[in-house]
Amino acid sequence: MITAGIDIGAKTVKVVVLKDGKVAGKAMDLGGFDQKGTSDRLFRKALAEAGVDIKDVKMIMATGAGKGEFPHANDPVTEVTADARGANVIHPKGRTVISVGAEEGRAIRTDAQGRVVDFAVNEKCAAGAGAFTEAMARALELKVEELGALSLLSTNAVPMNAQCAVFAESEVVSLVHAGTSKQDISRAIHDAIASRISSMARRISVENDVVLIGGVAKNKGFVESLKRDLATEVFVPQDPEFVSALGAAHIAFEKASKQGGS
Amino acid sequence: MVEFWRWKEYRWTAPDADWKNAGTISCGIDVGSVSSQAVIMTDGSLYAYSNMRTGSNSPDSARRALDWALEGTGLKQENMHFIVGTGYGRINIPFANKAITEIACHARGANFMYGPTVRTVLDMGGQDCKAIRCDEKGKVTAFLMNDKCAAGTGRGMEVFADLLQVHIEEVGDLSFKVDKEPPPVSSTCVVFAKSEASALLRKGVPKNEVLAAYCSAMAHRIFSLLERLGVEKNFGITGGISKNRGVVDRLQKELGITSLQPRYDPQVAGGVGAALFAKSLVEKQRAGLVAR
Amino acid sequence: MKANYGYKDGSGEFFITIDTDKCNSCGDCAKVCPPKVIVMITNDYDEVVPAVAEEHRKKIKYDCAPCKPISGPRNLPCVAACKPTAIVHSW
Repeated sequence: MITAGIDIGAKTVKVVVLKDGKVAGKAMDLGGFDQKGTSDRLFRKALAEAGVDIKDVKMIMATGAGKGEFPHANDPVTEVTADARGANVIHPKGRTVISVGAEEGRAIRTDAQGRVVDFAVNEKCAAGAGAFTEAMARALELKVEELGALSLLSTNAVPMNAQCAVFAESEVVSLVHAGTSKQDISRAIHDAIASRISSMARRISVENDVVLIGGVAKNKGFVESLKRDLATEVFVPQDPEFVSALGAAHIAFEKASKQGGS
Repeated sequence: MVEFWRWKEYRWTAPDADWKNAGTISCGIDVGSVSSQAVIMTDGSLYAYSNMRTGSNSPDSARRALDWALEGTGLKQENMHFIVGTGYGRINIPFANKAITEIACHARGANFMYGPTVRTVLDMGGQDCKAIRCDEKGKVTAFLMNDKCAAGTGRGMEVFADLLQVHIEEVGDLSFKVDKEPPPVSSTCVVFAKSEASALLRKGVPKNEVLAAYCSAMAHRIFSLLERLGVEKNFGITGGISKNRGVVDRLQKELGITSLQPRYDPQVAGGVGAALFAKSLVEKQRAGLVAR
Repeated sequence: MKANYGYKDGSGEFFITIDTDKCNSCGDCAKVCPPKVIVMITNDYDEVVPAVAEEHRKKIKYDCAPCKPISGPRNLPCVAACKPTAIVHSW
């Protein structure tokens, strides 16, 4: 049975195609100005990789901020549900899922089946999401990956007063003028956002294992700062940004299986 | 490279004023995160002031603001009887005799600028937004301050002026050069509002309309902050953004209340309040009520 | 005086309001606050009253989070300790 999940995020679109519950194809790209067009293109790309045609797909679930943009979806599924399910598939021992994307951060406590027990969301504020590290990287004229790598070289925790991406940018410029090393500034940036994310996570009480997903999970500096703040191991899967789409595809598989037929 | 967000710095001296005859010469220095003002008063009347961009450190900014305010007056720091520091950088003015919060200073300053009928003061600064309720003496009865989030602050406006390549001083007028008032941008967050604005520009929405959409959103945000405090007439606006009628006019419309017209530049309200506190402290010292 | 400490940002409104007219300066609120968000200060009018410590003002959503779990009973020690009910949380 072929099912698919699509995650139309604020910045990127991710598609996962499953054949009997196993990943057969996937595609990702920036959403760009035409999210609808991009979603369609990526969907077809993932199908091609799986070697299937659109008419073979039994069920498609859409998630993400732009879930309404995809015309082929059968049903929408909330990001929280998709995150929880996807994390459970790739790391069944996970009981706390932290999902940080470009514009939103979420913390979810799950059960052994990957169902949502409790959740907290940090929305509509750039300081609590990937937009923060991106703005800081721009201010320092670095790529986000470079910023993350620099953070790991710091041995000095410098506090950051600003709790807003716009004010933090001014603060970073001041720190540069004051002669603070780029490593230390980078660590301060990652410590700041990690602190906000872990405070949010603690509201749903953090239970091991902790799984980190979403595009920001690729930022090694952020992962390190988060581990430090939570004082626990944090599991980052391969392709962390696909986990939500994967969850949506699995939910589609489960639903389609219940409906019978192949 | 043109810096679209840069406003003019300036200084002022009261015409025909002579400090040598004054009984009390008091000074207030307001070091904000974006701008700094030094205000000198003689017997409770405005004598001179300066308004400039805050530099990279507070003591230096306070010093430069004061030196510039004193320029051409013949007055020196030693002649002043008391200096009160206020603002974000108040704890860092080594030559100030005392530090007082910007909330108390803005209330006192607004009482001077707008007269004793003012009861609600809105201060929109570079990196913060304050709403203050006060009594007829300029004493604070309630306050609310936001300095966490850039939305509704001067800095937020600067980000937009830069994006739209418009001089900050022209934002107000340009935002009204529209055929019809557009809906406000939906994001409170400046970062997300900026993305939203970029998308609108790409769709071909004219610059002035995008500006209007942002000013409208900011006015509404400030309105909701004021609602939490309750607005009692008379209403007075101080701080840098008071000069941006793009936000002020829309805010007044939503409130259904017009701000009083200030007697002096509203950006110096904090410094004026600080100078008035300084005057009171001198008088208390002379009356033996406070140890020097 | 009603002192409102906190902020409104894209994710919501988070204010702790302290009514200094109701306050009797007992200091219990500051004693029971686990992260020391509430501290006693002498304000500009020489009154000894509680305030949100400066280092916490921009992060009260996060710093007060331990007392505000998403699920489960809500117990705010500062509010419970204040007999004249001078402290109110907006969230």
